[in-house]
Amino acid sequence: MIIYLLCLVLFLCGVYCVLRKRNIIKIIIGIIISEYAVHLFLILLAYRLGGRSPIFSPDREITNMVDPLPHALVLTAIVIGLASTALLVGIAMRIYEKYGTFDITRIRELKR
Amino acid sequence: MVNSSIIPLFVAVPLGGAFLNSLLGRNRKKVTDIIGVSTAFILSVLSFVALRLYNTHGVLVYNVGGWKPPIGIGMVLDGLTAFMLVTVNVVAFCIAVYSVNYMEKFTSKWKFYTLFFLMLGGMNGVIITGDIFNLFVFLEIAAVASYALVAFGTERHELEAAFKYAVMGTLGSLFILLGIAFLYGYTSTLNMADMGNILAQSGSANIVLMVIVLFLMGFGLKAALVPFHAWLPDAHPSAPAPISAMLSGVLIKSLGIYAICRIFYNVIGFNQEISAILMFFGALSMIVGGLLALGQWDFKRLLAYSSISQIGYIVLALGLGTPLGIIGGLFHLFNHSIFKSLLFLNAGAVEYATGTRDLKEMGGLASKMPFTGTTGFLGSMSIAGIPPFSGFWSKLIIIIALVQAGKVGYAFWAVIISVLTLAMYIKVIRYAFLGKLKEKWRGVEEVPLFMKLSMGALALACVAGGALLLPGVYEAFLQNAEGLLTNGTKYATVVLEAIK
Amino acid sequence: MSKEHDKGMSVIVKTITRLTVGLILLYGIYIVLHGHVSPGGGFAGGIIIALSFIHIMLAYGKEVAFKKLSKSVASFFESIGAILFLVVALLGFTGGYFFLNFISKGEPFRLFSGGIIPICNIAIALKVGAGLFAIFVALVLLKFEPEKKG
Repeated sequence: MIIYLLCLVLFLCGVYCVLRKRNIIKIIIGIIISEYAVHLFLILLAYRLGGRSPIFSPDREITNMVDPLPHALVLTAIVIGLASTALLVGIAMRIYEKYGTFDITRIRELKR
Repeated sequence: MVNSSIIPLFVAVPLGGAFLNSLLGRNRKKVTDIIGVSTAFILSVLSFVALRLYNTHGVLVYNVGGWKPPIGIGMVLDGLTAFMLVTVNVVAFCIAVYSVNYMEKFTSKWKFYTLFFLMLGGMNGVIITGDIFNLFVFLEIAAVASYALVAFGTERHELEAAFKYAVMGTLGSLFILLGIAFLYGYTSTLNMADMGNILAQSGSANIVLMVIVLFLMGFGLKAALVPFHAWLPDAHPSAPAPISAMLSGVLIKSLGIYAICRIFYNVIGFNQEISAILMFFGALSMIVGGLLALGQWDFKRLLAYSSISQIGYIVLALGLGTPLGIIGGLFHLFNHSIFKSLLFLNAGAVEYATGTRDLKEMGGLASKMPFTGTTGFLGSMSIAGIPPFSGFWSKLIIIIALVQAGKVGYAFWAVIISVLTLAMYIKVIRYAFLGKLKEKWRGVEEVPLFMKLSMGALALACVAGGALLLPGVYEAFLQNAEGLLTNGTKYATVVLEAIK
Repeated sequence: MSKEHDKGMSVIVKTITRLTVGLILLYGIYIVLHGHVSPGGGFAGGIIIALSFIHIMLAYGKEVAFKKLSKSVASFFESIGAILFLVVALLGFTGGYFFLNFISKGEPFRLFSGGIIPICNIAIALKVGAGLFAIFVALVLLKFEPEKKG
């Protein structure tokens, strides 16, 4: 039970990083931390007591496996996270090229 | 089985168009245009075929790869799906035709079409899927493609708006994934029909409350409900005009409102608490969007705030829960796609001709650009709710439904904001189109052919939109969608029977 | 490989790269092809294949890396990977269902079993490998003079 709560604490750390940091790169790292926390939570949901890894092998019979479905979900989610991160870093580099700074308090061209 | 095999084509055709464009259309303009417009045309024809198929055969389920749900992924064609498919694909076709001429000013038009069809494929996938994780994957495809499209011109304000939109959108998606994780842990299945059955039988548990909160945060951010709306007034004006029309017209509806409908009505089950929350957020969006839009002098930023307000109308009507309310909400969704896209394309045409978006600098453009002026006038009258245009009928149904259900306070605010909407659009028309022609605009001329064609088609749909309430068309289009939502979690049994 | 000592890293790094980068590529191909019998598959193998080309670029500089895999060839492979995946899905569609497994499945744990899964793995590896190489090139080789906000 406590390990799920720690996962959610890690997620909240990532959200804090997005909300309060001023450097663009630190905001991106905050998003990455939150993503990893959600993936970890999904993998922890799959654990069965005393289970083995869900891979067949030709010489042994495996009777109790952990649930393999969240592993497939997390693989997909990792690829999605990679694409989002690559796009965010590309946009951040172009912002540096145009504005000359990474500080978001100085990138306020759009008015209210 | 042969009948339902049209369903995966809605995802396969736009993906095929996108990758063919990336391979063949590198530097050849004509090839890019032909592939782009023909793919969009095929999709809009297919959506009408799907609507007819639903009306003759009932609910259709397609098993991907031959694996039967709930083990495999199922794609479901029912009333709400057919309704949304027609809306999304027809509007996308008009926008694809418009961008043949508008994107001449940007380099690398093939990249635009590739990203556009990836986004369209993602949106279609969200609408047709019957599996909740598949919905998340398609939602991410459409969302990442839209972040790239907002930053397409790589000017300074476009990049800043795209960064803000991307960070907030990724956070929203993470909340949705957390909600899906909780639901999977509780019900141990990912199929939406199966999940609906299990949640209906087990009663209300505390974890379902947490899932409702997480989904409201996530999907509310995608649908731009207040207080999750902060990305929209920066992202929608900064994008190029066809992308603004696409984002405001179909993306926030397909990704946000359709997903809210599907999950809160069919999976979790509709009860009093969800109704109260949705109505409160809808009314808040309506009021905040309307009030903030009055003070704007940037043409597209005013339209973006007005989008927030109209989405508030739709969520307010859908949160009511009575059949008349749902019909009003869905009809307003269809109408809003048409006239908001038309208005954004209009703003794009004005920007194409004059190069500015500031209302204080424009004036008297109706004498030089009569076609744009007329379509802009039609769109504005329709969104403000003037009879006999389509916007009047949908707002009337929403207000009647609110009064019939006894929520007179909400109905009062709906009428007030409708009057405010009329005021803001009269301001737009007076400053942009009427009045004296300024000296520097002597040389502007009317927009090219394709832009005129697409704006004309959308304006025609605005005028004729009231015809959707006529007896024959009404059953075929709106009533099936509404019947599906009022069924609630009994949808699950209908789908599970239709699996062969 | 180039023997100039002014571009790229030192001699030690260049020698070790020359010896190991072929093995890294081969290992990546092994993971892709055995995706249906052991963990890994298209995505992981594609990343390792892309890493071998990035390794050459890091150690030797970008001219040598572009001689091995130029930007247009990377774009071409990326589109080919995507179209191959879509064609395999559509072939299943015409035969029956979307993504139907229509090639014969041999006995388990052999290399030629599992129907269409190895072909899908190869398509995914092409796309992911070329895509990651293109992302790295776009992020690293951006030459800019930061224009100061006036």
